[in-house]
Amino acid sequence: MQLPIMNQPSKTRDHASRPGMTRRSFLRTGTAVTGAVAAIAASLSPLRELTDTDEFSVARFLQKHYKEMDGQDMASALQRISKQVEKRYDVRPDIRDIKPMDGVEFVYALNLTRCIGCRKCVHACVEENNQSRSPEIQYIRVLEMPRGTTDIEQGNHHYERATVPSEDHYYMPIQCHQCANPPCVKVCPVEATWQEPDGITVIDYDWCIGCRYCEAACPYWARRFNFSTPSIPKEKINPDMSYLSNRPREKGVMEKCHFCLHRTRQGKMPACLEVCPTGARKFGNVLDPNSEVRKILESKRVFVLKQEAGTLPRFFYYFDERDPINHTNPTNPVNGGDA
Amino acid sequence: MSDSIKEFAREYPRFLYRCFRLSFVGDWKYYTWMFLLSVVALFGLNAYAKQFVQGLATTGMTDQVSWGLYIANFTYLVGIAAAAVMLVIPVYVYKNKDLHNLVIFGELLAVIAIIMCLLFITADLGRPDRFHHMLLRFNFPISILTWDVIALNGYLLLNLHICGYLIWCAYNKRAPTRKFYIPFVFVAIAWAISIHTVTAFLYSGLGARPFWNSAVIAPRFLASAFAAGPALIILTLQVIKVSTGYPVSEKAISTLKGIVTVALGINMFLLGSEVFTEFYTGSSHSVSAKYLFFGLHGHSALVPWIWSAIALNTFALIALLTPASKKRWVLNAACLAMIIGIWIEKGMGLIVPAFIPSPLGEIVEYVPTLNEILVCTGIWAFGLLMYTILVRVTIPVLYGDLLVDKVYHTDPSIFERSKASSLNEAADAPLQ
Repeated sequence: MQLPIMNQPSKTRDHASRPGMTRRSFLRTGTAVTGAVAAIAASLSPLRELTDTDEFSVARFLQKHYKEMDGQDMASALQRISKQVEKRYDVRPDIRDIKPMDGVEFVYALNLTRCIGCRKCVHACVEENNQSRSPEIQYIRVLEMPRGTTDIEQGNHHYERATVPSEDHYYMPIQCHQCANPPCVKVCPVEATWQEPDGITVIDYDWCIGCRYCEAACPYWARRFNFSTPSIPKEKINPDMSYLSNRPREKGVMEKCHFCLHRTRQGKMPACLEVCPTGARKFGNVLDPNSEVRKILESKRVFVLKQEAGTLPRFFYYFDERDPINHTNPTNPVNGGDA
Repeated sequence: MSDSIKEFAREYPRFLYRCFRLSFVGDWKYYTWMFLLSVVALFGLNAYAKQFVQGLATTGMTDQVSWGLYIANFTYLVGIAAAAVMLVIPVYVYKNKDLHNLVIFGELLAVIAIIMCLLFITADLGRPDRFHHMLLRFNFPISILTWDVIALNGYLLLNLHICGYLIWCAYNKRAPTRKFYIPFVFVAIAWAISIHTVTAFLYSGLGARPFWNSAVIAPRFLASAFAAGPALIILTLQVIKVSTGYPVSEKAISTLKGIVTVALGINMFLLGSEVFTEFYTGSSHSVSAKYLFFGLHGHSALVPWIWSAIALNTFALIALLTPASKKRWVLNAACLAMIIGIWIEKGMGLIVPAFIPSPLGEIVEYVPTLNEILVCTGIWAFGLLMYTILVRVTIPVLYGDLLVDKVYHTDPSIFERSKASSLNEAADAPLQ
């Protein structure tokens, strides 16, 4: 950055246009330029540690947004992702793009009377959805709530007990509520997240730019960011994958619960529900009048978290009623008039 | 017409080249300053390269506190950029004569502040390699972030045009043609208000964060920006005056001082309104404010920050309101105090606490890492470096030393140029 002109006070030269080139000034300029280039190169030296997963690939760079891909585009994207997974984890994945079913809108209902806070759902979710194990990313957070309040700020996030449940508490698992009016979708600057026709809010992991605005906008703290490259032991990879759900993610992108869409869109139940030992979790198509969730929504006293946020969650909580007979088949009806 | 275009195509690269050459010419103080800034900027580049390889895990951010120093600095600098209008409005609307030869330094500051904003945003992105997705699927007008992209880049272009055109005219010894820049100046005035308003709406539009979900955020942002920005300009102008001899009148400083005093007063009033509403109601919405001002369940990392911000701003306001501020060092101390005070108030006092506790009530505190701090100081150093170069090449043009047909032979003593030197007449034109 040193320049020769200081020691060459020639009054006839235009300093702003032409560097005068004496041998000495040439050497000085050369040294300065070399020094500057070396300093910049040294600053950038950590880039040598970029791994092959970070390698620039034209196919990845040019890959279109999910909604703009045709069949051919998707096929080649899936092939590229499949190769990448095989290279990284030595597993040949069965990866597909599974579309929503017609006439289906999924909802979740969670029976707080039955939940015992064992966190089996939390771990089954991690296994199913290929989350990073170190640091571990979990989609479900279970709060241990003191009896007598539904104020989640009083919940304990990090309870450690030899056995659950504790008698003085009840347990409230929270995951993505798949809102019908999702604030996270609204704020995304690049439309990397959207609501599917079956009500599931998904993320195109190859489109997300990692600004984390959605994470700030979510009232349920449902979104997770990959602060570093996810690390998953090879033997832990679940090879049953889909584009919008549990394929392995890269660093710098968001992820979250997607109601296990690679399972549920094929008629199976979410992993968290299957593992639940008490039957506290209910899932299904709310548009089907005979579905269990529909019956729960019609007959139980259900509530949603933070209703005032206006997000219209598709995740409902309810308590078992101790004596519902008073309501369903009253033996002694009493006057309920206003006056 | 085609002749003038040809002439422009020939002369403009030469102009840029001469500016480039000139940015390497100076006395030992200039070299020392530039060398130090380069070193700090390179440390920042190095820290960013580490972050690029390892991901944002190199920062103190978590899923709970998902925005930190980068977004805090970004927000502050949007304010600094917007504050350039506090020079532009007096000059172009009220025809203030004391500031008219200085307004260009405010506009150049706006250019640099926006560039720094864009760098901070880039540093904050998890996937900067996918920046082009913005162009391919732009969620406008739904996402406020897309509004901010338009507002910031538009403001950058407006100011680049205004400064570039005026300097180019002065270089060519021409009076600037009013229709080529006056309309842009007035658009830029409205645009400046919009950049900070839109940035405030980024936060206040989120129902998930009660701490931000307040209508007073945008006015507060503007008031604090119009205090911190002109305070920074007051200090900058004095540095320019001392190091180059460029005329900065006492009246100019006192006009700016008046602006700063009023804006700081309004800012503190708005902060007071916010504090009252949060605490008197006593609803659970005020839990972040409780954490910020008093700590929550034994967690109190931000408490010293916010109280030092309040102390600095209170000191600055009192100093400005008393006759003591007629002393230059008192004025400068007050400016410095509010520049720091407002930086804390907007960063540690406004961005971070909205994340604590998390929407599920979990308290995870935020402490920036060294790597993150190095990236921040690197961007600040880079911004100062760029600003120094802009000022360094602009002043000889305004003096009429660097002109299209003039051989520029200065020696390092350009920095001790006589204060009696008259300015280039063409550069005087903006007020005609």
